[in-house]
Amino acid sequence: MSITLERDLRGFLHGLPGVDRVGAEARAAMLASRSIKTTAKQWALDLAISMIDLTTLEGQDTPGKVRALCAKGKQPDPADPTAPRVAAICVYSDLARIAKQELDGTNIKVASVATSFPSGRAALDVKLADVRYAVAEGADEVDMVIDRGAFLAGNYQLVYDEIVAVKEACARAGEQSAHLKVILETGELVTYDNVRRASWLAMLAGADFIKTSTGKVSPAATLPVTMIMLEAVRDFRDAHGRLIGVKPAGGIRTAKDAIRYLVLVNESAGEDWLDPDWFRLGASSLLNDLLMQRTRMKTGHYEGPDYFTLD
Amino acid sequence: MPKFDYAPAPESRSVLSLQESYGLFIDGKFTDTVDGRTFKTISPATEEVLAEVTEAGPADVDRAVGAARKAYEQTWSTMAGKDRSKYLFRIARIIQERARELAVLESLDNGKPIRESRDTDIPLVAAHFFYHAGWADKLEFAGYGPSPRPLGVAGQVVPWNFPMLMLAWKIAPALACGNTVVLKPAETTPLTALMFAEICQQADLPPGVVNIVTGAGQTGRSLVEHPGIDKVAFTGSTEVGKQIARACAVSHKKNTLELGGKAANIVFEDAPIDQAVEGIVNGIFFNQGHVCCAGSRLLVQESVYDEVLASLRRRLTTLRLGDPLDKNTDVGAINSAAQLAKIRELSDVGEAEGAERWSPPCELPVRGFWFPPTIFTGVSQAHRIAREEIFGPVLSVLTFRTPAEAVEKANNTPYGLSAGVWTEKGSLILWMASRLRAGVVWANTFNRFDPASPFGGYKESGYGREGGRHGLEAYLDA
Amino acid sequence: MPKDSANPARVADTARVAVRKTYKLYIGGAFPRSESGRSYVVTDSRGGFLANAALGSRKDARDAVSAARKAFPGWSGATAYNRGQVLYRVAELMEGRRAQFTAEIRAAEGISAAKAEAFVDAAIDRWVWYAGWSDKIAQVRGSSNPVAGPYFNFSLPEPTGVVAVLAPRGPLLGLVSVVAPAIVTGNTVVVVASERYPLPAVTLSEVLATSDVPGGVVNVLTGKVAEIAPWLASHMDVNAIDLAGAPSDELRDELAVAATDNLKRVVSHAPSDWLATPTLDRMLAYLETKTVWHPAAM
Repeated sequence: MSITLERDLRGFLHGLPGVDRVGAEARAAMLASRSIKTTAKQWALDLAISMIDLTTLEGQDTPGKVRALCAKGKQPDPADPTAPRVAAICVYSDLARIAKQELDGTNIKVASVATSFPSGRAALDVKLADVRYAVAEGADEVDMVIDRGAFLAGNYQLVYDEIVAVKEACARAGEQSAHLKVILETGELVTYDNVRRASWLAMLAGADFIKTSTGKVSPAATLPVTMIMLEAVRDFRDAHGRLIGVKPAGGIRTAKDAIRYLVLVNESAGEDWLDPDWFRLGASSLLNDLLMQRTRMKTGHYEGPDYFTLD
Repeated sequence: MPKFDYAPAPESRSVLSLQESYGLFIDGKFTDTVDGRTFKTISPATEEVLAEVTEAGPADVDRAVGAARKAYEQTWSTMAGKDRSKYLFRIARIIQERARELAVLESLDNGKPIRESRDTDIPLVAAHFFYHAGWADKLEFAGYGPSPRPLGVAGQVVPWNFPMLMLAWKIAPALACGNTVVLKPAETTPLTALMFAEICQQADLPPGVVNIVTGAGQTGRSLVEHPGIDKVAFTGSTEVGKQIARACAVSHKKNTLELGGKAANIVFEDAPIDQAVEGIVNGIFFNQGHVCCAGSRLLVQESVYDEVLASLRRRLTTLRLGDPLDKNTDVGAINSAAQLAKIRELSDVGEAEGAERWSPPCELPVRGFWFPPTIFTGVSQAHRIAREEIFGPVLSVLTFRTPAEAVEKANNTPYGLSAGVWTEKGSLILWMASRLRAGVVWANTFNRFDPASPFGGYKESGYGREGGRHGLEAYLDA
Repeated sequence: MPKDSANPARVADTARVAVRKTYKLYIGGAFPRSESGRSYVVTDSRGGFLANAALGSRKDARDAVSAARKAFPGWSGATAYNRGQVLYRVAELMEGRRAQFTAEIRAAEGISAAKAEAFVDAAIDRWVWYAGWSDKIAQVRGSSNPVAGPYFNFSLPEPTGVVAVLAPRGPLLGLVSVVAPAIVTGNTVVVVASERYPLPAVTLSEVLATSDVPGGVVNVLTGKVAEIAPWLASHMDVNAIDLAGAPSDELRDELAVAATDNLKRVVSHAPSDWLATPTLDRMLAYLETKTVWHPAAM
């Protein structure tokens, strides 16, 4: 489906079924009460680790910090080589090249934020230049932010066109394009109706993934917001026959949280999304908690943080 | 084999200390029967015998009513409201303290998922006692005159679908208003009521204020027809409700009845579809559909029929049926062999009448009483499954074209307990709410309960309200 | 005035040949004779002939219930303000017929003019009293309920539906006191007039017909209570029944039992003094409480 007329786009987005917040939150809370034990928990912990976009997005980031993060991503638990690797390392575009070098020879992806992350407040040319730079520096995946101001002002066409342009900028001559993750910054969209509309807008414009948050705005990822986005990719597949990935990011810190997200994926979008290709967890400190739980499952006793590496 | 196969996560039974056999709770003590006999109560999920309980005979009922009368006259009706209040607060607190035990026992004896007994039933039970505790010393402000009086001894008969919650709905307002009670739990689910008797003991509730007589229909009849009863409160089937109404018409006893239903859950084209689907599922598969206000008739606007049905079917495939004590179970066991037979019979009738039957792929345990979540499409108002209360996890799907048609179909039943409306259009909600002939209208939600919210039916769903200020009326000589 | 002026049928005999009234049923806003073609003699307090009243049949009762059911959506859907004005209008029109009602009651019961006037005045005032309740009862009996969750929850009283009423013997005040509380909240009524004193009920019908009460909201049957009442008590499209006018305790119990077939709301008590200010009982008996839930969120 190609939507070119602004009127059609607006009509389509406003024609999506509404979301009743209380009902949606009750459903997410119910799923959060699932009790994942023993073998299921072991499986889920490993899957969660393999879905992590291990992230550092700070002003104080350095090549050294990124190298350490890459080392952690490649070998999360030095004491246990069976611990899976993470899905990707997520950095600013100027450090993408470092990450690419460090991860050479692994299947861990380099994800780079772009488009004047996190606010997205810059001229389109500047944003596109940011994207092209990230791709040139070796980013396999580009995490862009939408123009929330335009979205909230109802300029859906502008948001749409920008995503299309960024998607084009992800192209790499003779190679596969960088995958495009579109950050909705749901904490600024506020309502679930907006989250649903923005999800569809991004998917229609060509997003490979839709992502909740930059991590710089509170609230970041929540279970209900992620559920709304999972419902959107589920419905998008029904309508268009292809899968779009989902990435909650920010605020996911414990193994318990991560497993709740997996339950949510399983029971809303469905098990096809239980795969690092289609679901990611944008996080940093989460990894060590998953590793601690993983070891606790093996040893039968509770772990201490000093036994896990801080990178 | 699903990718993410949730391992069993059973709630531990070790919190329970069940006795092998239970007597009747009369005058503050567990006593043996005088003229009754014993029967076994089983877990409907496994058919395992849980305990032996007593079927009270007429003499037992007479003793219980006598104890209640004595307690009414000598202690409870003369006690200051603030002291009655404190006893009820105590009971509420002990219920909270023993919530896990109660939840496990309820799931064991009833077959309902532990998630529901833990997260819905038992918290609501405690909330009910809390709410009514606060009324006990404020009755003169309730709008029933300057000094409303209790009625006396209440005979209360509760069903098996929410054994402990229905007990709370009955006992909490009765006691708050100064009545004493003789309560008969359902024969298949007596255990939490007996545990409640222990709670009354722990609370030092004066003897005879609460009496629990276990038994079946005959015990209930002895209680309802006992001349020492001043008020009858019943929750159960419309059929038995009418018998009780008849008996009370002759004996001039005050009575309140909360009976069956065949609620319409109405989904408009502009509904929040995902939440509506949750509401449909919650409306009919909550508690295996053993809910008098269950949304057993789904009315879908034709323009979104395909979308809603596809969504509903997909959602049903995620329902987890099995061990009620497993924390991940969504659909538990049917409460009894008799109820299972009734559900099967009506479902077969639905098929024979030409409706299309569908259930998600679902493995049923070998032992125990089980029925898969089932939906019937192509149902019309003329089908028996659209008219009769099935009281099981069976949904009949009908369609409509206009709001007026939805109202007409929704109201086209002798029942009038509840209804659901799903639309994002506020004016339509209010228009529908004012036209649906039902005691509870859930708009963009379903099966919500609260002690402050009056609940009860129109037409053959009974009369009287439970909960809220309105619910006090049933226990006051207003 | 001639000595027997209390008898409206004879009032003008000495002056001219009076034009007498035919006392008919009042169903669906029309004044039919009984479909059975029957009538019965109504006498005054001394046994003298007053009139032939229609002897209503079970089919008349059936037709009256149909008319009441048909009128229910419109009447219950009218605004409370409107219903209040309509009831007040009934009082206005009765006031204009005060003399006629007084004469009819005197003739029927053989009571003094002062006593009859007191009953008529009380009956008129009762309409006024109930008229004022139409837009207040929901505020007195409704509530906003503070549930423990993100929901707006409120309860409102709503009319039960079709109410069958066996009017008590008090020919006018008793009748008004059992009809007004049912209709003020939006119910529609089939009333069986006092068997002994039916004539004021028929005259009241004429008032209702010329006031703004829509046809079918009040339907008045005259005849034998014991004959008609069982059909109303067992009628599956009647939602409530007032047994105040049951001729015997035995029949009252029988009717109460029959009423359980569809779980009618039953009122069987009557105040010891119809002149006293009513309680809310009769209004509340024909009100259902409806509770509505809606989520509250952005």
